[in-house]
Amino acid sequence: MSETEISTIGRSVLRKEDHRFITGNGRFTDDINLPGQTYAVFVRSPLPHAEVRAVDTSEAEAAAGVVAVLTGADLAQDELGGLPCGWMITSKDGSEMKQPLHPVMAVDKVNYLGEPVAIVIAETLLEARNAAETVQVDYRELDAVVGADKAQSALQIHAEAPANTCYEWELGEREATEAAFEQASHITSLDLHNNRLIPNAIEPRAAIADYQPGTEELTLYTTSQNPHLARLILAAFVQIAPEHKLRVVSPDVGGGFGSKIMVYSEETATAWACMRIGRPVKWCADRSEAFLADAHGRDHFSHVELALDDEGTFLGLRVKTIANMGAYLSSFASSVPTYLYGTLLAGQYKTPAIYVEVDAVFTNTAPVDAYRGAGRPEASFLIERITTMAAREMDIDPAELRRRNFIQPEDFPYQTPVALEYDTGNYGVSLDKALEMSGYAEFSARQQQSVSSGKLRGIGISCYIEACGIAPSQVAGSLGAGVGLWESGEIRVNPTGNVTVLTGSHSHGQGHETTFAQLVAARFGIPIDDVQVVHGDTARLDFGMGTYGSRSIAVGGSALSVAADKIITKGCKIAAHLMETEAENIDFDQGEFKVSSSNLSKTFQEVAFAAYVPHDYPLDELEPGLTEKAFYDPANFTYPAGCHICEVEIDPDTGCVEIVNFTAVDDFGRIINPMIVEGQVHGGLAQGIGQALLENCVYDDTGQLLTGSYMDYCMPRADDLPSFNVDLTETPCTHNPLGVKGCGEAGAIGSPPAVINAITHAIGIPHMDMPATAEKVWRAIQEKRGA
Amino acid sequence: MSIDITLTVNGREINTEVSPETTLVQLLREHLLLTGTHVGCDTSQCGACTVHLDGRAVKSCTVLAVQADGSEVTTIEGIAVAGGLHPMQAAFHQCHGLQCGFCTAGMIMSAIDLVTREDDLDEATIRKGLAGNICRCTGYHNIVKAVQMAAGQMEGRGHE
Ligand code: FES
Ligand code: FES
Repeated sequence: MSETEISTIGRSVLRKEDHRFITGNGRFTDDINLPGQTYAVFVRSPLPHAEVRAVDTSEAEAAAGVVAVLTGADLAQDELGGLPCGWMITSKDGSEMKQPLHPVMAVDKVNYLGEPVAIVIAETLLEARNAAETVQVDYRELDAVVGADKAQSALQIHAEAPANTCYEWELGEREATEAAFEQASHITSLDLHNNRLIPNAIEPRAAIADYQPGTEELTLYTTSQNPHLARLILAAFVQIAPEHKLRVVSPDVGGGFGSKIMVYSEETATAWACMRIGRPVKWCADRSEAFLADAHGRDHFSHVELALDDEGTFLGLRVKTIANMGAYLSSFASSVPTYLYGTLLAGQYKTPAIYVEVDAVFTNTAPVDAYRGAGRPEASFLIERITTMAAREMDIDPAELRRRNFIQPEDFPYQTPVALEYDTGNYGVSLDKALEMSGYAEFSARQQQSVSSGKLRGIGISCYIEACGIAPSQVAGSLGAGVGLWESGEIRVNPTGNVTVLTGSHSHGQGHETTFAQLVAARFGIPIDDVQVVHGDTARLDFGMGTYGSRSIAVGGSALSVAADKIITKGCKIAAHLMETEAENIDFDQGEFKVSSSNLSKTFQEVAFAAYVPHDYPLDELEPGLTEKAFYDPANFTYPAGCHICEVEIDPDTGCVEIVNFTAVDDFGRIINPMIVEGQVHGGLAQGIGQALLENCVYDDTGQLLTGSYMDYCMPRADDLPSFNVDLTETPCTHNPLGVKGCGEAGAIGSPPAVINAITHAIGIPHMDMPATAEKVWRAIQEKRGA
Repeated sequence: MSIDITLTVNGREINTEVSPETTLVQLLREHLLLTGTHVGCDTSQCGACTVHLDGRAVKSCTVLAVQADGSEVTTIEGIAVAGGLHPMQAAFHQCHGLQCGFCTAGMIMSAIDLVTREDDLDEATIRKGLAGNICRCTGYHNIVKAVQMAAGQMEGRGHE
C-alpha cells in the first residue's frame, strides 16, 4: 500500500457533501420547480377494504384551477400495467407465489386505507387539495383483514390468493431438525411478534415529471434509492415510456432506509399524468400520506424453538413465521421474510440442524417491504432472544452460552444449514471487546447500586450476523430474483487529470461522495478534491442497481476498484510509450508512472493529458481517452457481525426505561472512513432502539391506522437516546477486492434484542414483545411483583 | 384576498402579497425560493422547517406569513458570517452531525437558538433542547457533539 493510500484510506475524512446541506443549498426533489408546473393531490380510500362502485369526478373537474382529474379507469384505458414484485418465491408444494395485480390506482376495489383512487391536478396545491375533497367515491364497505396471525382464516381479499396466503415457503432440513429435538435435553420456546414499523425518512416521497413532446422524452425527478431500477420497472412493466426515452433522476434524497427502493403508485401516476396533460406535474407527500402509503416494515408473528444438550450446545432450531405482506406485494416484499430472513437463522452459531417455515399473508394494510435490515433484524431478534432465554433457563451466563456455540475462526468458510456460506469472521473477539467496554464483569455492583436507590437494572447481549450486498446474480436468479445484483462504476479521467466517478450506488445520507472519492483518490494518488462522485441520474450513468441491503461499498465500491485497475493498466501502457519502454517496466505509485530501476517518470496528469491529446501516443495499439467502466458481480454476500450490549435502568414506579450504556462492537471488514461508518452505526442503533422501546405501527380491528402522525407514532428523539459506545473489529471480507463488508444496517439488526434482553433481565421475565413502552414495562413489573 | 406584508428575510427587505392561509415556510420556499428550509411533517412535530423569527427559533410551517409582517426572519441561507460558516454550521461538518441533510437546516437553527438561550449546556440539556427536531439518520450522537463544539465557539451566548 502506498503512502497516499495509507493517508486517506482508513482516515475520517470530513464529508465533501456537507457544505451544500449546512448552507441550505441541497437540491431535494421538492426543491425543484419547473416552468408551467401543476400540482397533484391524491384521492385516497378512507376505508381499508371496500368495493368501488363509482367514482364521480365531475364536481372536481369543474372546480377552480383544476387541470385534470384522472382515475384508475383512465389508467386502464391507457393500458398501463400494475406494479410488479421483483422476486418470485416458490412454495414448498412447488407452486409459485400468488401475485395479485397491484394497480397504480384502484379500479373496482380498494384493499388498504389510503390506497390511491384518483389523482387531481390543478394550477396550485391548494386548488388541487380543495378539488380532491369533492371527488365522490361510492364504496361498499367490506370487513377488513388486519392481523397477519388471523389472516389465513379471514375473509379472502384477492380472488387468486385462497386463505389470503401468498406463499408457504420452507428452508432447511425438517427431518434432521426433528431428530435434533428428539435428542435434546433442553428445549426453549418462544412466541413473539416483531412489531410493525413505518420507515419515516424525514424527507417525504416526492416526484416531479416533465415531458418534452418534441423528443418524446419523459424526465422523472424523484426520491428513489435506485433510479435505474425505477426506470426499468416503469418502462418494462408499467410501460409508461420506453427505457431510452425515460430519464429518472434522484437528486439529493433525504434518507431512505429501504422505503425509497420501491416503485410506488404516486410517483408512477405523477409521471403518467404529466404525459396525459402535457405539463410538468409535481407531487410531494404529506407526512400523513407517508404514514398511510410508504411501504411499512417487519410485522412477523413467529414461533421459535431451540434444542440444546445439557452442556448448552445448540442441536437444532425450528421456526414458524407468519409474515404480513399488506394488501399487495410491494417491489421486493416477497424476498424479505425468505431469502433475507430464513437464510440468516444460523446466526453466529454452529447449530447443526435448522428448519424454518414462512407463510406470507395478505391483509388490508399498507404493503410491507424492506425497512433498514429487511428480514435480518427479524432473524437476529428471534435468535438472540431465544439464546438469552435458553441461557437463563439453564442458568448459564448468556455470554458463555454464546461462546460455547460460536462458529470458530478455523471453521471458515462455514456452510450453514440454511444455504449461506460465511466467508470469514471472529465472533469471540467482538464479544470479548464488547464485554470489556460495557464493564460486563462489574455489572452486579452497578445493579446493587440501582437496587439500593429503588431502581431495577439489567444487561442484555446480542451477537448478530447479517448478510450484505445480496449476491451473486446467478444464485439469486435461480432463487427467484428478477434482477441482477451487480453494480457498475465508471471512472472518467479528464484531460486535466481530475476525475469524475460515476457510480450506480445511490447516496441518500451514506456519504458516498466522500467514501468513494477517498477510494479513487487513494488509488490514483491524487487529492480527494480532484475527485467528483456522480450518482442518481439515468442520463449520466449507463445503469446501476442503487443502494439497499448495505451493498454500496461492497458491490459499488468494488466496481470502482476494478475500474481503477483498468485505468492504471491503460495508464501504464501510455506511460510506457511516452518513456519508450514496455508496460511491464512501469510501476504506478503515488500518482506517478515510474520506469523501474530508473528515475524516469510521468505524472498521472501528464498521462491523462497524453490520452486526450494523442500527439505522442501508440494509436496503433490503444484508443485515445482515459475512461473505464466495470460491472462487478460479487461471488457471495458479505457477512458483517458483531456484539451489542445494552444496559438499562428502570424506574419501577413509572416503567420508564433508561438506556444507561449501549456498546456496539462491529466487524465490517476493512474500513475506508471510520467517521462515516460510526455515523451509520449510530443511526442504525437509533432505529433499532426505536423499534425496541418506542415505535409501533398500529391498525385497529377495522383497519384504521391509529398511528398516523408523529403525535401517535413515537419517533426516537434526542432525549430518548443515549450517546453510544462504539468500536470495531476487523476480519477482511475474503472475496471482494477491498475486503469491505458494509455497515448501513447492522445497528438496526443487532440492537433490538440487546435492549429486550436487558429489560427482561431487569424485570426478571422471560420475554416482552417490542416496543417495551413504559406502560408495558410498568404492567410487567406489577404483575411480577404480584406473582 | 391578498394581504400586503413587509418583512426582512436574511437582512433583505421583502414587500409582497400573500393569501391569508400562506404559511411562513411557503413564503420562504415557494415565493422567495429559499429552499434550504424543509417540510417534514404536517403536525408541527419534526422541526425540519425551523427558522428564526425575531431571533427566536420557530417552526415556520406553523406560522402564517402574515404573522411575520414587520418581523425579521433568518433562515439557514442567512446565518453564515462574513467570510465563512457560522460556528454551528462548521461544527455540524466537523462532527459529522448530518447524513442525508434533510433535517439539518432545522436542526442547526434550533441548535443556535438553544446555545444562545442556555448557559449551561450539558448533554442532557442539549438533548432536551433538540427534542423538537427529528433526525432519522444520525441517532443524534454526533449532533450533540456538534452543539457542544459550537457552544464553545459562539460569542455572546446566554446574553441575548
Ligand atoms: S415541517 Fe415538521 S415541524 Fe414544521
Ligand atoms: S440527517 Fe437525515 S434526517 Fe437528519
